[in-house]
Amino acid sequence: MNWLDILVQGVLLGGLYALFAAGLSLVFGIMRLVNLAHGDLIIFAAFAILLAVSTLGLNPFLAALLAAPLMFALGWALQRFVLNRVLGKDILPPLLVTFGLSVALQNGLLEAFSADTRRIPAGPLESASLDLGIVTVGWMPLLTFLSAVLVILALNRIFYATALGRAFRATSDDPVTASLMGIDPKGIFAIATGLAMVVVTVAALYLGMRANFDPSIGPARLIYAFEAVIIGGLGSLWGTLAGGIIIGVAQSLGAAINPEWQILAGHIAFLVVLLIRPRGLFPRAVD
Amino acid sequence: MLLETRALTAGYGQFNALFGVDVTLDKAETVAVIGANGAGKSTLLRSITGVLRNAPDMVLHRGDPIGALPAHLVMQRGIAMVPEGRKLFPSLTVEENLRIGGQVRRAPGPWTLDTIYDLFPILKEKRQMPGTALSGGQQQMVAIGRALMSNPEVLLCDEISLGLAPVVIRDIYAAMPRIKDQGTAIIVVEQDIGRALAVSDRVYCMMEGRVTLTARAAEVSRSAIHAAYFGEAA
Repeated sequence: MNWLDILVQGVLLGGLYALFAAGLSLVFGIMRLVNLAHGDLIIFAAFAILLAVSTLGLNPFLAALLAAPLMFALGWALQRFVLNRVLGKDILPPLLVTFGLSVALQNGLLEAFSADTRRIPAGPLESASLDLGIVTVGWMPLLTFLSAVLVILALNRIFYATALGRAFRATSDDPVTASLMGIDPKGIFAIATGLAMVVVTVAALYLGMRANFDPSIGPARLIYAFEAVIIGGLGSLWGTLAGGIIIGVAQSLGAAINPEWQILAGHIAFLVVLLIRPRGLFPRAVD
Repeated sequence: MLLETRALTAGYGQFNALFGVDVTLDKAETVAVIGANGAGKSTLLRSITGVLRNAPDMVLHRGDPIGALPAHLVMQRGIAMVPEGRKLFPSLTVEENLRIGGQVRRAPGPWTLDTIYDLFPILKEKRQMPGTALSGGQQQMVAIGRALMSNPEVLLCDEISLGLAPVVIRDIYAAMPRIKDQGTAIIVVEQDIGRALAVSDRVYCMMEGRVTLTARAAEVSRSAIHAAYFGEAA
């Protein structure tokens, strides 16, 4: 058993979980909204990419590029016309609405695509690997991880180096005072959810190319995403990446000991972090 | 008339805080609104800015009914607010706090980062610090600068002396003439009557949700204010 190999595979797997989680983290960080349909939206995007690949014969990456603006529009509209109406002091209404959305999405996908498991065909990339001397890594896990880092970098850049990010942070701090600055908090929320859906598209691309999926597996992805966000500390994007990596490494270690332990080990790692650092590894100073 | 409230009645749910308030503000004029705690001063400003939404024709800006507009649209018409308690954004640096004030609306005008740093030089030194790491007086300067960044036509100041040391209040009020000189119309809501009268052209005194006195600031007598403030027969 090569421990270094297990560690590296775990870190790379963490990239996928970080991608699942980044959109959730973004939305929670800005509007304290927990989107229970997040996992189902990933599966929805995966089917959208699959549809573009199978009907238009596109390369999956091109298909994702095509799906991203559509997913942005979907997220924008979802926030503008549905979620903004239920956001308020009470956290229960948005939870119920996104829970309902989750059920509706699963059943809608089941109607449209049946319960068959699918995969986005990625050609030779699926099995290509890179020999790094000590360890060999698959191109697909490596691309996933690099994409996760890139997504987090890009989101951080938007947050801390653009006027939009300034508006995101101000609205997150205090929506009423932000509106006194001429900022429409509901418009900002809609853009944020749109952006989260672009990240969801990236997550869907890699999820769909790496593993089989069917309409029912969204909630399980949501759990990993939640755990990554909470391990990292609510609202911290780099923390979310760290959280994803911790779950990935724990799963990888668990699987090395006994394949049955893979999923369990990830959940145990989550509980252990919660025991030691109840607010996560990198909680935001202001909250 | 630049800004006007007409029979403004406003409140929070069952509770009414204003009962038919008429206040006017002319171009380049400074008006003080004074009154004890709970007189309705803050509710008046919340109604003007759109944080509290009312019937459209209860608030008029250049004759247009704006009483029902949401806050961000009121601000985009050129009505900027220095909120009570300063309300700086903790996640933003001093400079970001200033920039965000002029991010959505920036009318052509005298106020830029440079002229605001010129008005409050200490802010330039601290521009990379989080806004909330500053002293109360410095935070108030940021809050005023933030409102000025949009080059507003109307500046609303809610209790800018609250909780500050007298020497700090003096520094902040020292900036008021420079703001007035740019042609900005100002409403100053204050509990510090002396300060408010010193910078104002006219004064409204409020009590229990009604205007009890309207006068020219230079001519009003202490006893008249006393009567209007506490509700005793003059």
